[in-house]
Parts: sequence; structure tokens; C-alpha cells
Amino acid sequence: MASLLEVRHLKKYFQTPSGTLHAVDDVNFAIESGETLGVVGESGCGKSTLGRTIVHLLAPTSGQIIFDGKDISSPSKKELKQLRKEMQMVFQDPFSSLNPRMTVKSIIQEAMEIHKLYGGDRRRQEQEVFKLMDTVGLAKRLADSYPHELDGGRRQRIGIARALALEPRFIVCDEPVSALDVSVQAQILNLMQDLQEEKDLTYIFITHDLSVVKHISDNICVMYLGKIVEQCSTDKLFEKQYHPYAQALLSAIPIPKVGIQRKRILLKGEITSPIDPKPCCRFVARCPHAISLCSEEEPKLLEVEEGRFVACHLQKIGRAVELTVPDADVVIINQ
Amino acid sequence: MANKHFLEIKDLSIHYKTDSGLVKAVNNLSLNLDKGESLGLVGETGAGKTTTALGIMNLIPDPPGIIASGEIFLEGENILMLNRQEMRKLRGNKISMVFQDPMTSLNPVMSVGKQIAESIQIHEKLSKVEAEKRAVDVLEMVGIPGERFNEYPHQFSGGMRQRVVIAIALACKPDLLIADEPTTALDVTIQAQVLDLISNLKREQNTSMILITHDLGVVAEVCEKVAIMYAGELVEYGTLDDIYNHTKHPYSIGLFASIPNIYSEEKRLTLIPGLMPDPTDLPEGCSFCSRCNRAVEQCKVHNPALVETDPGHFVRCIHYEEGGAL
Amino acid sequence: MSRRKRASIGTSSSHSGYWANAWGRLKKNKSAIVSLILLILMILVAIFAKYVSPYPYDLQNPAEAYQSPSAQHWLGTDNFGRDILSRIIYGGRISLFVGFFSIFFAIIVGGILGAVAGYYAGKIDNILMRTMDILMAIPGLLLAITLAAAFEPGLRNVIIAIGVAEVPFYARILRSSVLSLKEQEFIEAARCIGASDKRIILKHIIPNCLAPIIVQSTLGMAGAILSVASLSFLGLGIQPPTPEWGSMLSNARQHILNYPHMVVFPGLAIMLTIFVLNILGDGLRDALDPRLKD
Repeated sequence: MASLLEVRHLKKYFQTPSGTLHAVDDVNFAIESGETLGVVGESGCGKSTLGRTIVHLLAPTSGQIIFDGKDISSPSKKELKQLRKEMQMVFQDPFSSLNPRMTVKSIIQEAMEIHKLYGGDRRRQEQEVFKLMDTVGLAKRLADSYPHELDGGRRQRIGIARALALEPRFIVCDEPVSALDVSVQAQILNLMQDLQEEKDLTYIFITHDLSVVKHISDNICVMYLGKIVEQCSTDKLFEKQYHPYAQALLSAIPIPKVGIQRKRILLKGEITSPIDPKPCCRFVARCPHAISLCSEEEPKLLEVEEGRFVACHLQKIGRAVELTVPDADVVIINQ
Repeated sequence: MANKHFLEIKDLSIHYKTDSGLVKAVNNLSLNLDKGESLGLVGETGAGKTTTALGIMNLIPDPPGIIASGEIFLEGENILMLNRQEMRKLRGNKISMVFQDPMTSLNPVMSVGKQIAESIQIHEKLSKVEAEKRAVDVLEMVGIPGERFNEYPHQFSGGMRQRVVIAIALACKPDLLIADEPTTALDVTIQAQVLDLISNLKREQNTSMILITHDLGVVAEVCEKVAIMYAGELVEYGTLDDIYNHTKHPYSIGLFASIPNIYSEEKRLTLIPGLMPDPTDLPEGCSFCSRCNRAVEQCKVHNPALVETDPGHFVRCIHYEEGGAL
Repeated sequence: MSRRKRASIGTSSSHSGYWANAWGRLKKNKSAIVSLILLILMILVAIFAKYVSPYPYDLQNPAEAYQSPSAQHWLGTDNFGRDILSRIIYGGRISLFVGFFSIFFAIIVGGILGAVAGYYAGKIDNILMRTMDILMAIPGLLLAITLAAAFEPGLRNVIIAIGVAEVPFYARILRSSVLSLKEQEFIEAARCIGASDKRIILKHIIPNCLAPIIVQSTLGMAGAILSVASLSFLGLGIQPPTPEWGSMLSNARQHILNYPHMVVFPGLAIMLTIFVLNILGDGLRDALDPRLKD
């Protein structure tokens, strides 16, 4: 089956006063219809820019975005409007992502108005809004409320309903639960999973929270400073990591359990600037395994074992090497 | 009155007067902390964690806040009775606080080294040169090269800034450190560094700590005791083992179940339905009862007391009360 | 803290919009409400001047010239024997009219320029805002005098002259509001569902910029009324015999020592209006932007 979305050599650069910021730098991946791709990474790794470039809130600097077999890298105005019905986005901040002067109903209905859905019949649109509110678990009595009257979880439900109003097939979720409390976070995650099943949605799920991404994704891309460093299925990644950054990242997750002992890799060194990066591995300054080649050449993303891609000079095609971290960089955590 | 604990909070209630009514932020909270012990104060937004911390620092903004009742003893002294000047001396010397956002607690136009030196000088009689020397030591203690003494906060990364803030808080070797979500704004790999730093310093200086967080994973790493707050009340309180392995209160159980866990294979999370009640309009009975799967009729009218079910393990639930609906 | 609190309270069922909330806060501010009532009264009096004023404003009666306040003429008469109260009432009509429309002109022109500059940024922004900076560097009254002197004196030209001097203030407010709003995720969300630039500016940006504009326009109207008075005082504004507070002062100036009432009452009228507008403006600022008071 052909992929629903494919991204080839996608780059997004920003011009800043101090140079060119390589926010997304030569990213490649594909998503099958109905699956969830998790994109994890720390702040500034370009994951949000990646999401925004895919839904055309930002124009790509170069590279191709192929959606449903069509190249949509530089759509015309008309094509873009059509595309909006296919791909939508759910935003991070439940406070700033809703217009404070609009009611819940008008926020959800706006997309239907713009695209003149249901023959532009306002009555029908309104009915669809109520249906959607019901789908995402918002009581009908809240239709005339303003966002500031509602809590974070309900606001995020509005954001989801707005994204669903155009009945898209594909949704980019940019940290949709990171601003929420854990008990509310669980409610929203379950809702998103139910919706995916019900409406056969495809998600890109952007987050810095590895526990969340493990829970919701089928496949994962780990990003570091604009590049994908490791990419494979969720199960494989949590079983073993072959990129030193992915290793450190996973070892750093706090686990809500006591009576266990585990090793944690403590990274040293400074994060490299993404502005005008040198042609070398971007993780070299913090990597406990760095060799001289790492500062001379940029590693390519290679398939080190079936279905697993890693960008590291220590790895070879088809022959994944397990890396053991020197004791000096490891702390034992007893909890 | 002799107090055997280092810090003892008794029956603390803190309220805020607002336009929409009286916000009961903290209600009848009691807890103890011994020397060198760390307590994780866990709860969701609006549970009253930060208000409790501000109460211990005696920093409740008044108005609108009022300490409606309670006593806080630090080494036997009721700190709520201290005057402004005595309290100021206490803060920094005995109690320090680290806030969530490192940028707002640093002065942007003063070099970090100077800021550390200044806080040392306020509390200790040292010459400027000596204080600056100490500041370099402190910087190196938190893993920042001493050469960066003259740099300004904006030249540091988020993790380094938070380490500077912790360095300032620990510069005067306080007996009690209150850390309010110190790693929430940081990336996980940076969070790991900061947590490692906090645990090491705490061990070296035998500092007691109250760590405020919503992350049960962080608590498991650095604390010995845990207190779970809900709607301004302590609902469960005990050692790590008590809370994590012998969870009793339905809210705590729900909280653990709703966290996606990298060790679990479940495809669906278990939920706590509903929302925390409005703190201006708390129910007469148990404040968790409308969301609780074990609620009985009596919960609506009866607010249970905090009961010690095992030595040191306290639970506020009707099912554990003597003569309660077991 | 307050944001958190509001969020957790969130379940209240009364759907009070932003404006209803602001009105609730304004109502609690006594001085602002008194000012609002006074302002409404002034506007009503100005509108119904024909019915309220005891005499026609231009009725000359040399026999009754220079009279002090009395039962017949509450505020006395001027050198032509015209009733000062009636002239102040009709004068208020001009002042409020010019004040309102010059600010209206400034909001429309300045608002569009500011919104365009902020939304499109880059070169357009630079050109527009530097022009505004130049306009701002010229003292407002001087600019108005120059414009008023260059064109024929008259109501329309006075409005434009005063309005032009106010344009940069609104352009700046709108631009900075737009710049900060542009960063908000709901603007991105609107683009994401396919909203056009026009729709985004009209439906998402403008309604969120209204608060500072309303505050500035109340305060700006006070300034504009002063400017009309100043222009008329200098003879560049409203031409006699149409009464205007500034020209009344100008006319009375020669008689200030013998007949102070001729100066005092128009002066008081100007003062009261400015005062009321300023108090109301401050009240609106507190009501519309509660963050400032927290």
C-alpha cells in the first residue's frame, strides 16, 4: 500500500540576524494510512517546525511533501484550500490556541463557514457542531461559553473538534497534552485514540514526553537539532536504542515506580547551535562515544537492522552495534 | 512545647479573597519533615501545592491571601509568629526556595557570579572578594565552569540557569530547600542533570527538601516521603513505599493509573472522570467523592479525617476510617 | 495564579462574554460610572441643544450685554448680549462632534495602517512606521495649526487637521497588538482551517485589539477637544458666529478683568469635559485589561 504521507529531503531554514537557522534539515519519512508516527525530541530540535511545514503553515525551504500520491510542496491557493480539508492540526497551548472573543460554537463552526460545508446552510452546520461537540465529549450547554470559562481539558477538546470540523484524514498533533494535568491528559489521549479508530485518522504526534509517545505511536522518529537520529517502530525503540542520543534520552525518563534500579546516562557538554551548523554530527559535543570522524563528516540515516534507521558513524548498514556507555557517564538510580 | 520534628506543619489553612468568592486553597494541612529528609508534594494544578510552599516561606500575598488557621514550626519555632525582619533572616539562612521558571528569578542585568556573591553576602559576613571566591566555588559545585562568573543569565541555557538558581538557593547552606517544579520547564536530558545535582547536594549538605511536582517519576527518584494533595487537602501521605506500592486513596490510585508508563503495555489509560471541584465552592463532604469509583452515600456529607492506617502512612478516606463504611 | 484559578473555576454556567465581564468591572468603579453618566448627559444636551438651551445661541441683545449670572441668564451674557449658557451648550455640540469624528478618522486611518504594518511586517512595516515616527516628531498642535492654516478654516478641515495628528498613536497601538497577536496559536489555527488574511484581520485580530483602542480613543478625544479649542482660540478653527468653547474664550479674553464670568464658564466646560473623559478612560483601562490591576 502506498503511504498516505511521504516527506523527502524536507528542509526548513530561517534567516536570523546571526545566521541561517537549520530548524528542519533533510528529513525523510513516510506514514501509512491509519497509523500514528511519534516525533520526539527536546525543545529546539525542530519537531514543531516540522509539523507546521507539513500542514503548510510554513513554506518548506526545499524538499518534497507527498500526500496521497500528490506532490503538495508548493500548492496554489486553490489547492491549499482543498488541502486544508484533508490535513489539520491540533495545537499545544489550550489557552492561546482559541480566540478569546469567540464562543465555543463559533470556533468550531468557523471552518465549516469558510469552506461552505453543508451547502452553506448555517442551521445544518450548527447541528454538525453539536454532533462534533458530543463526539469530543463537550456538553451541548457549553456551546455559548467562552474559552476563558473552561478548563484546559475542555479547551483542548474544542481544539480537537475544530480540527475535526473539516473531516480531515490526517492530523498533526503538536504537544496536545503537555499543558494538561495528568488525569486530564489521560482523558484527552484516550479521546484521540478513540477518534483515530472511529474515523480512521492518521496522526503525527509531536511531543517531548516519551511515556506519552510510547503509549500512542506505532512508529517513532527521534529528532536532534533538525535531524532524525533514530527511526523505528515504537516497540523496537523502547527495547533497544542504537543512537547515543536516543539511549541517553530514554534513560533520562523518570519512572513512577519504586524498588527498581537502573542506569542513567548523564550527558555532558553544550548543545550545539542550530545556526549555521558545521558539516559534522550535531550530537558530537555531548556524545560519550564520539570518534574523530564524527567531527569531520555528517552521518547519514542508515538502515542498521530491518526497519530501524540510525544516523551514527558507529553504526553500519545491516550491522547494528550495541554501544556501552563508559561508567563515568552513568549514574545508578535506586528508587 | 517540644517538637521532635525538624519541620512541623499543623492544621494549616490558607484562603484567598477574590471577586468570585473565598478560594480555599489549602485546608487543614498537617505534615512533618525530619532533618535531611525529602518530601514530594504531588498534586494537579490548583491542588494548593504552591500555596503551601509560599505558606512555609511566609510569603502569602496579603491581600488577597490570609492564613486562616494553623502553625508552622521550624526547629520548634512557630515561624508564622515571626515579624518581617526575623522572617527575612530565616529565608535564605534556613529556608530557600527554587521556582519553576529560572529566568524570572534571576536579575537579567547582573552577572550570575555577582548574584550568587550578593546572596552569600546578605547572609554571611564576608568581604566582597571572599564572597566572590565562594561564588566561584558554588558555580563549580553545580557544574558550571568558574570562568563564566561574569556572564549574564541570557548567555546561559535553560538547564544552566536553573542550576544557577539552585546554586543561589544552596549558597547559604539552608536547612530546608523548597523546590517548586524545578525541572518542569527543562528537557528530560537536562532534567536528569538537575535532579542528579539536587540529590547530590542534598546528600552532602544534609538538607531537608520539599519538592513540589506533578511528576510521580521525579518524586520516586529523589524523595523519601510523598504527600498527595487534592483540592487543598492532603489525601494520602507516607513513605515512597507506602504510596507507590501500597496506594490506598482512590485519587492516588487513579493518578498512578492515568500516567502512561513506559513499562506498561496497556493500550488504554485508566481515567479519573470529571474535574477537581471549584475551590470557591468545595463540597460539604469528601472533595473527591463526585469522581470516586468507591464513593458511598455517606461521602457526600462526611469529610473523612486523615487516618494513620500503618505507622507513618496516612489516608483521608471513609473506607479507612474507624467505623467507616468498610 | 489568577489564570490557574480561573481555569479551575471554569465550570460556571453563566456565559458571560468578555464585554459583559468588563462592564461588570467598570460598574464597580464609582468615579468612572459618574463620569460616564456625565458624558452621556453632555452628549444628550448637545444633541437636543435646540430644546435644552434657553435662548438661540446667536440671539444678540446689546441691551443685556456683559450681564453677570442671573435668573434670566444663568451663566450671564457676553459682549453682544448673547446667553453664555446657550452658547456653551451649542459649543459643546461642536466640541464633542469634532472630538468624536477626528478620533474616528484617526482610528480608521491609523488602524488600517497599523494593522497592515503589523500583519505583513517587513518593508511595508518599515515604510509605514517611519512615516508615523515623522508625524509623531511634529508636535500635534503645530501639525494641526499648519494643516488648518493651509486649508480653509471649517468644520471638516478642523476634523482632518486634528485627526491626522492623532493617526500615529492608533497605528502604533494596532501594530503592536497585531504583532503580539500574530504569535498566538489561534491565528495559526485560523490559517490552518483556511481562513483568508481578510478574515483573520477582521474576525480574529481586530476584536482582540479593541480594548486598547477604546481606552486610547477616550483619552484621545479629550486631547482632540483641547485641540479644537486651541485652534479656535487662535482663529484657525470654527469661525464665528458658530459658538465654540475655544473661540468663546478667545472672544472673552479682552474682557477678562471686568467680566471674568465670560472666561470662567467656557473654561470650566472644557475642563469638565476633559476631566470626565480622562477619568472614564482610566476606568475603561482597568475594566478592559484586568491584568494590569492584578
